[in-house]
Amino acid sequence: MRPSLNLRAALVSLLLLGVLLLGWYVATLPQASKAVNVDPEYAALMGGGAVKKSGMPTPAEVGHTLIDKLAHPFYDHGPNDKGIGIQLAYSLARVLGGFALAALVAIPLGFVVGMSPIMQRALNPYIQLLKPISPLAWMPLALYTIKDSSASAIFVIFICSLWPMLINTAYGVAAVKRDWLNVAKTLEVSPLRKAFQVILPAAAPTILTGMRISMGIAWLVIVAAEMLVGGTGIGYFVWNEWNNLSLTNVIFAILMIGVVGMLLDALFAWMLRLVAYNE
Amino acid sequence: MQANFLKVEGLSRVYPSVRGQAPLTVFDNVHFSIDQGEFVCIIGHSGCGKSTILNVLAGLDEPSAGLVFMDGREVSGPSLDRGVVFQGHTLMPWLSVMKNIAFAVKSRWPDWSRIKVSAHCQQFIDLVGLTGSEHKKPSELSGGMKQRVGIARAFAIQPKMLLLDEPFGALDALTRGVIQDELLKICAATAQTVFMITHDVDEAILLSDKIILMTNGPRARIAEIVRNTLPRDRSRSDIHKDPQYYRIRNHLVDFLVSRSRRMADVSAGEYDPRHPPEITLGLVEVVATEAVATIKQPALHLV
Ligand SMILES: Nc1ncnc2c1ncn2[C@@H]1O[C@H](COP(=O)(O)OP(=O)(O)OP(=O)(O)O)[C@@H](O)[C@H]1O
Ligand SMILES: [Mg+2]
Repeated sequence: MRPSLNLRAALVSLLLLGVLLLGWYVATLPQASKAVNVDPEYAALMGGGAVKKSGMPTPAEVGHTLIDKLAHPFYDHGPNDKGIGIQLAYSLARVLGGFALAALVAIPLGFVVGMSPIMQRALNPYIQLLKPISPLAWMPLALYTIKDSSASAIFVIFICSLWPMLINTAYGVAAVKRDWLNVAKTLEVSPLRKAFQVILPAAAPTILTGMRISMGIAWLVIVAAEMLVGGTGIGYFVWNEWNNLSLTNVIFAILMIGVVGMLLDALFAWMLRLVAYNE
Repeated sequence: MQANFLKVEGLSRVYPSVRGQAPLTVFDNVHFSIDQGEFVCIIGHSGCGKSTILNVLAGLDEPSAGLVFMDGREVSGPSLDRGVVFQGHTLMPWLSVMKNIAFAVKSRWPDWSRIKVSAHCQQFIDLVGLTGSEHKKPSELSGGMKQRVGIARAFAIQPKMLLLDEPFGALDALTRGVIQDELLKICAATAQTVFMITHDVDEAILLSDKIILMTNGPRARIAEIVRNTLPRDRSRSDIHKDPQYYRIRNHLVDFLVSRSRRMADVSAGEYDPRHPPEITLGLVEVVATEAVATIKQPALHLV
């Protein structure tokens, strides 16, 4: 019997990983030939050995960092030296804060927009105008009015999470099948019960898809926002390590950003499966 | 038994013109009434406005003109007093069979306990032969099973009047027969008032006390109302042994095949929309054929 598709795909994935690591390894091998041409004294001055090492960290170095840092994710040695877990927690807290605020505004507003054609038309120009603005463009205004860098980052997350949730909620609510609303009408269902037991479950997959898109964008934006406001968070960590010229740590941080982003997306994919329905 | 339990007066439905087209008058000046406990079927070709009339009776659609009264009060919106089985299946796909029905039952009796609700639902699930499928989602059911859930949902709220839009359309002959029998039983036991759309002549004769025949649209109207003179305790198995059955059946089929189109062309004249001709076939053969002949006559002249 042939191995299952999943197994074969996993094998190909592993193979690709091997190729990538090998390529990386070869590209960052110490380059002995160049070193021969360099004056040994100069080479000694520059860094000790006759063998010049490229600025790019090798897979082994990144691997070491990975193990070291993940072994102690939550240490805190002052503002410039915190464990990766703490930095990620700061970023996640900001993302969740901004995202929750956005959901609190976008979902009820989306209901109103989706149910009322007047509101839909009235609000549409604003949504269309505000949606394409890069959330980071709000940063100066946020810093000026809120005067707190962390809160400003949360505000930026709020702004960027708002639009996909608002638009999807409005669309999902407006697209609820007339038939189901008619059933609710003939059963004299109260407006509140209709909202929660008919419209919400009917629109839930669309709404959650909007939330998933929002979360994806928020996680993209938080890194940039924290690079700007500084202090704490994974974005600040990346910038700080760049200033320290520690590319090993930068690569490590990039990996962590990817992993967390993937987990967040998987969480929403799971929730989406819970509310999905087949017609 | 209250006469004229439901009364429809001068009902018209006009869809406004779109993109320069003439406005569409689906039906015009329709009058009829239904007594309490009466089972009325309406037959007519596709597009003549049967579903539209039913939606108006349900309170879901506003007529362009005319009034509907039920139990002496004007119908101005949907109500739990009228249970509707829609033409398409309209189950909520995120709810199981049981929960779809429970949704209706809880709407009807909000203070019932959970146990009481589920026992009541179970009774109607059993009735439509879906025992064992209580916890399936609509997507796991066949078309006919979905339709049966819709029927159970409408029956379960025990409305004063049932409005059924081709409720047995997607059922196989066997299931259809079983549910028709059940429907007859329920109606006999509870004196349920029913308004039902069907395309099936045999079904109409089996179930109904009177059959409303509609001419082809647009501007459809009631061509005639056929009284079903077969005894009320008829059953599927021996209904065709009665000679009246074929007379009524031939009359209806003849209407659908040819007269529905011809009668649509007849201009007003002797036709009174308030009192469309009422046909009582069957009892005395000679009288009946004459009655048919007199109605046929003007139509033949005009074509
Ligand atoms: N929203 C609408 N706008 C314009 N015309 C409509 C609209 N809805 C229905 N109609 C027209 O009204 C007429 C009656 O429709 P209806 O659904 O009542 O027919 P029906 O008799 O139930 O047909 P069927 O037997 O196929 O179910 C049709 O000719 C249709 O084209
Ligand atoms: Mg119809």
